[in-house]
Amino acid sequence: MSLTRLTAAELAEKIASREVSAVEAAQAHLDRIAEVDGEVHAFLHVGTEAALANAALVDEQVAAGTALGPLAGVPLALKDVFTTADMPTTCGSKILEGWRPPYDATVTARLRAAGITILGKTNMDEFAMGSSTEHSAYGPTHNPWDLSRIPGGSGGGSAAALAAFEAPLAIGTDTGGSIRQPAAVTGTVGVKPTYGGVSRYGLVACASSLDQGGPCARTVLDAALLHEVIAGHDPLDSTSIDRPVPSVVEAARIGAQGDLSGLRVGVVKELGGEGYQPGVRASFDAALQRLEKLGAEVVEVSCPHFEYAMAAYYLILPSEVSSNLARFDAMRYGLRVDEGASAEEVMAATREAGFGPEVKRRIILGTYALSSGYYDAYYGQAQKVRTLISRDFSAAFAKADVLVSPTAPTTAFPLGEKVDDPLAMYLNDLATIPTNLAGVAGMSVPSGLAEEDGLPVGLQIMAPALGEAVMYRVGAAFEASRTADEGALVAPEVAR
Amino acid sequence: MPSESGAISRDEVAHLARLARLAVTETELDTFAGQLDVILGSVARVGEVAAEDIPPTSHAVPLENVFRPDELRPGLSQEQALSGAPAAEEGRFRVPRILGEEA
Amino acid sequence: MTAPALVDYADVVARYEPTLGLEVHVELSTNTKMFCGCATTFGAEPNTQVCPTCLGLPGSLPVVNRTAVESAIRIGLALNCSIAPWGRFARKNYFYPDMPKNFQTSQYDEPICVDGYMDVTLDDGEVVRVGIERAHMEEDTGKSLHVGGATGRIHGADYSLLDYNRAGVPLIEIVTRMIPGTGERAPEVARAYVTQLRDLIKSLGVSDVRMDQGSMRCDVNLSLSPAGSGVLGTRTETKNVNSLRSVERAVRYEMSRQAGVLDAGGEIVQETRHFEEQSGTTRAGRRKETSEDYRYFPEPDLVPIAPSESWVEELRGTLPEKPWERRARLQAEWGISDEELRDLVNAGAIDLISDTVAAGAPAGEARSWWVAYLAQQANARGVELAELPITPGQVARVIALVAAGDLNNKLARQVVDGVLAGEGEPDEVVESRGLTVVSDDGALIAAVDEALAAQPDVADKIRAGKVQAAGAIVGAVMKATRGQADAKRVRELIIERVGS
Repeated sequence: MSLTRLTAAELAEKIASREVSAVEAAQAHLDRIAEVDGEVHAFLHVGTEAALANAALVDEQVAAGTALGPLAGVPLALKDVFTTADMPTTCGSKILEGWRPPYDATVTARLRAAGITILGKTNMDEFAMGSSTEHSAYGPTHNPWDLSRIPGGSGGGSAAALAAFEAPLAIGTDTGGSIRQPAAVTGTVGVKPTYGGVSRYGLVACASSLDQGGPCARTVLDAALLHEVIAGHDPLDSTSIDRPVPSVVEAARIGAQGDLSGLRVGVVKELGGEGYQPGVRASFDAALQRLEKLGAEVVEVSCPHFEYAMAAYYLILPSEVSSNLARFDAMRYGLRVDEGASAEEVMAATREAGFGPEVKRRIILGTYALSSGYYDAYYGQAQKVRTLISRDFSAAFAKADVLVSPTAPTTAFPLGEKVDDPLAMYLNDLATIPTNLAGVAGMSVPSGLAEEDGLPVGLQIMAPALGEAVMYRVGAAFEASRTADEGALVAPEVAR
Repeated sequence: MPSESGAISRDEVAHLARLARLAVTETELDTFAGQLDVILGSVARVGEVAAEDIPPTSHAVPLENVFRPDELRPGLSQEQALSGAPAAEEGRFRVPRILGEEA
Repeated sequence: MTAPALVDYADVVARYEPTLGLEVHVELSTNTKMFCGCATTFGAEPNTQVCPTCLGLPGSLPVVNRTAVESAIRIGLALNCSIAPWGRFARKNYFYPDMPKNFQTSQYDEPICVDGYMDVTLDDGEVVRVGIERAHMEEDTGKSLHVGGATGRIHGADYSLLDYNRAGVPLIEIVTRMIPGTGERAPEVARAYVTQLRDLIKSLGVSDVRMDQGSMRCDVNLSLSPAGSGVLGTRTETKNVNSLRSVERAVRYEMSRQAGVLDAGGEIVQETRHFEEQSGTTRAGRRKETSEDYRYFPEPDLVPIAPSESWVEELRGTLPEKPWERRARLQAEWGISDEELRDLVNAGAIDLISDTVAAGAPAGEARSWWVAYLAQQANARGVELAELPITPGQVARVIALVAAGDLNNKLARQVVDGVLAGEGEPDEVVESRGLTVVSDDGALIAAVDEALAAQPDVADKIRAGKVQAAGAIVGAVMKATRGQADAKRVRELIIERVGS
């Protein structure tokens, strides 16, 4: 079997036992990238030399008997929103074209320390704003299941890299669904950890109070292994939780044994209604039956304020964005246009040229929502709705150990379909946004293919803050059961 | 050209763009005004929620008192600091002439 | 448009009532910045005390300096403020090249210290209570250097150079309530307040409060209302007032200027003005096209600060005696006049003398050393008294050596010179320069006899009872012993020898 088809856990084991070298593993994935990425366009930058150098170092350490982490030598695709001292970091934006940060993000540093081979940086909607990667300044990523369709977003590059077997592991960030929705539409696994679970230091901010980095993989166990590498307290991030990382690997292994008896799975009434594509709806119903078959008790819960989540989100997010993105002003780094004019003119001209339309829209919207005359009605009120959504979650988690919903309302839609209709694009995140507002954990696992279009559908599992273990357990049980019946979701071979 | 629903006008968008240092084009102003009007119409729904006595949430996880000891931590060298600068001179970032008053 | 004529100060105060407000920024002298671990040393090479956080690099995050919070709380407590039990930082959004993130992390509607006061004593002893509205934490900006055009000024410059070493240095902004009813003493009150605030903060050890280096900066708010009208006038905010004297001058000038505008039937524009040190005048800043909307919102990258009562009380316990109370106590202990005290304060000698006394020296001797010989030395070197390379402990040791008779005053000055020259501790200088008083009577008697023999006429005068004539013999003996004799003992021996 080709090395690129192995799971991260399998590959790691072969590297540790010297059956396969880390260099071979890296090279196989670099070859695969060379083979298919022209069509998929998952990567914005491939760091061949650094990847091979890391792999060679791991091989030396394995040979020397050095104790290494459980993913040492496994290749990974890093979303281009984490700073890397040895590679450019663009966030999918022209304004940062060619920028080489002088420092590594904490996530980057932890990946390196774990011996993971970073293959390169993946494509994304500009500054993580979007649900399709069509808002990347460097062109969209194509869904390996159907190259004419979107891979989801903003982390479409990371998800597509997994689905196209360009990497067994990837890192994403999730502000309103940017890990989970791409996972759903590419048939992969994506996890948004509890807010504060993974350091944001070096994660170029979209919306600070919502952003969370997380693991992406093709299996729940691989995601869990990666989760434990990147999670944990970081003194450089004030919002990082100083508590032990949940034992998600153990939970995933227990879950894979397929017994969920004693667990209560809550179906959120407000996330189960209209607006879902029939195949998505059908896949979700089948998933509920499967969870019951595994021994879980399925109960209905109500989260009455979820219907206002999107409205609150599209006030809070743009507000924070308008402030976070103010620093891109042509003075200290990044693009500068219109040399010779005043600093003020250069700032305005550079930001006009460097940002894409979606970013500009959100900056203007956020500037509006924070203006003194509107603050209370918009930003202030959105923050109160946020409190109510957290309370809804608390009440729901009193009745259920995890909550479930479809991850996204539709399967992958055609590129270009919604790019000029912001509101239609925003609806993709309807089911994923509430977890970001409340800071709780969420994941998407493949739940099969939609009957009408044969494209992947995702099941969203949500858990309370720091309740990742139960979430992984349910995800792994579901995955094991579904895979046993239907087989793993494998994208059709990308044309060559 | 005030918008039909009156939520946000083209002039207002132009003002906001200036505040946000975006030299948007006339065409963009037209597009954005229309789109923002629709978006605002949608997000204004937050106002329907009776939340008068509800405390606002600014942070997703309720942490308090996170501090760092007053200890030096290695930073960047001057060369690293200036490595991304569009222009630098004498160890400093060179920027176009500044019109505004110092704050 | 020519500006209306200034109104004579006496005329201003006869017809108008000023209302004063002061905003003082104090840079804390913490080891590191407000939100990152970079050094805060003044005068370092440009952009060498920076990191991703204070440069505002994408992805960087702030973490609050605990010591800066403690300093803020201690300043608040010293100003009789309440400490907010819970509060958040906020972002103040505006674009300016010296601000790396294009927002300043500050405190907005949740300042850490609120509702305090300070009783300010004027020169004649009158006490004015100045209300403190708030004291809050924020971060400083970088520094711009304007190149081209005239004399480094921002206007007409070709371009600017930015150094972010200062960006992120912790600042405490202390805002007074409006101070009404100061009348003609408004300039004096302003100066006295800033002076007393400076002394207070210095005594806390949380800042250098050097106005000349910008570690303390003052903005003056001033408005006039027609006397007796009770109507508050429109205020101006004058920035860049960077010395105590300037505080007084700025208030005075604004009073005269505003009165001129009002007398000419004009209106005061609410605006930011800049103080011109050279001329002692203020000038209007560039008028902004649109009113600034800072779009404050709670800083999502920092979590709330909730000082516990026990923490606040622990910090209250570290507050030193108020400098003015301490001064009154020392004045009583040292038995000096108001005028003498003021001279000591102006010379910056209070702490030095007090520390010298604490090291065992009598107050009179300590004072005399610092205000006389050491003051001359500081003057000659062009440095502050406190900058002299000698410690109060060393001065106390010299005083002790004199008291023990091991040194006379002349030798003591040589020992001090040695210490100032870096030759080590007083005892080491005594040793290395061989500066002990000759206390061997045998050697002294020989010298006295020799001097008496050389000047028989003087010896006769002494014998005749003209004891003061002994001075000439003392001088001769001192010369012979190269100053190392104890003059008192020499005098005793002379009397003894002429009588024998």
